[in-house]
Amino acid sequence: MQFKDYYKTLGVDKNATQDEIKKAYRRLARKYHPDVSKETDAEEQFKAVGEAYEVLKDPEKRAAYDQLGSQWQAGQEFRPPPDWDAGFEFSGGEASAFSDFFESLFGRGQSGGSRSAYGFDGRGSDHHAKVLIDLEDAYAGTARQITLQAPYVDESGHIRTRERTLNVRVPKGVISGQHIRLAGQGDPGAGGGRAGDLYLEVQFRTHKLYRAEGRDVYVDVPVAPWELALGSKIRVPTPEGRVVVAVPPSSRQGDKLRLAGRGIPGKKRGDLFVTLRVVLPPADSEKARHMYEQMKQEMDFDPRQNLGV
Amino acid sequence: MKKNEILTGVVLDESMELTVDELCQSCSVRRETIVSMVEEGILTPVSRTDVTYRFTGVNVKRAIRATRLQRDLELNLPGVALALDLIEEIDRLRERLRKIG
Repeated sequence: MQFKDYYKTLGVDKNATQDEIKKAYRRLARKYHPDVSKETDAEEQFKAVGEAYEVLKDPEKRAAYDQLGSQWQAGQEFRPPPDWDAGFEFSGGEASAFSDFFESLFGRGQSGGSRSAYGFDGRGSDHHAKVLIDLEDAYAGTARQITLQAPYVDESGHIRTRERTLNVRVPKGVISGQHIRLAGQGDPGAGGGRAGDLYLEVQFRTHKLYRAEGRDVYVDVPVAPWELALGSKIRVPTPEGRVVVAVPPSSRQGDKLRLAGRGIPGKKRGDLFVTLRVVLPPADSEKARHMYEQMKQEMDFDPRQNLGV
Repeated sequence: MKKNEILTGVVLDESMELTVDELCQSCSVRRETIVSMVEEGILTPVSRTDVTYRFTGVNVKRAIRATRLQRDLELNLPGVALALDLIEEIDRLRERLRKIG
């Protein structure tokens, strides 16, 4: 177990006032909040910041931690000295997944307290998790294995976590951001209460070709200038396989062709939009240069006619 | 549970409706909070023809996000409403940017 420098985590001085600590926490919490931040490690950062604040906001915990902290450096191998907390009194904190370091000092607190729903006596609390799928899976449906950390109380009354693996069907037609509710897969209920539910938030993995907005799917397709100008039939990839699309003559860069009903299935099936992106052939041969030369001579075309120059 | 059993859940989409109680349960908040979220425009009920609201499943995501923001950043509801609108707008823009850039 490594020693954690909570002051460093919050970026404050060891002599920081409670007010400064709060300010630093608020700023970092906004920065790393998983609902706000798009940084890849936002969730871990957010947890680390929350843990640091959990200790430093509480004058008692902070004092105890300070007493320790003078002897240790961040990252150093750490073992709490015996009776290190003698003379300090902690009230149980919020039970979220804090580090081993935190737990070795302050214990786990009362589990589930912050999560349990109001007004549902004895009912187990709900769990939330994310499941990543590919866009193609939304067309066909898929099954995913999900591993969850589930807290439970052992024989001696301690709260521990164990891993629980579930196979879950992700039905055809789900879209990014939707939740799947699995009844009874949350925490077991207390005193004969019903078990909580498990909520899975579906998210699409970033796809190299497609982009989904609701049930509509967008794909950019490169085309040659003459395919746009003269019209053509081009092969286009879709999540369900290749299709041939007719590009009408005199199409323009950025034009969107709508393939009705080729979006994500559902009661109201989405469409697939093909955006045409012109790619210019390189002038890398004598012949190509000659053809550009010929266009320059013979085409009456001023791309800047609307710029007034 | 059997080893290779595959669980099937309910997709909370536009076609399924939740009562206020179900929505409360899904994000562990009180009824009053849901009602305030409606008043603030964070949640949009399908109808209020009878005594109680009904919501489509898509509201679950907003309600859960709103609850987290409120709790973690100690925002008030108008602040949450603004943050949610901006987050969703940014998500849309990022998604577009990703394809262009």
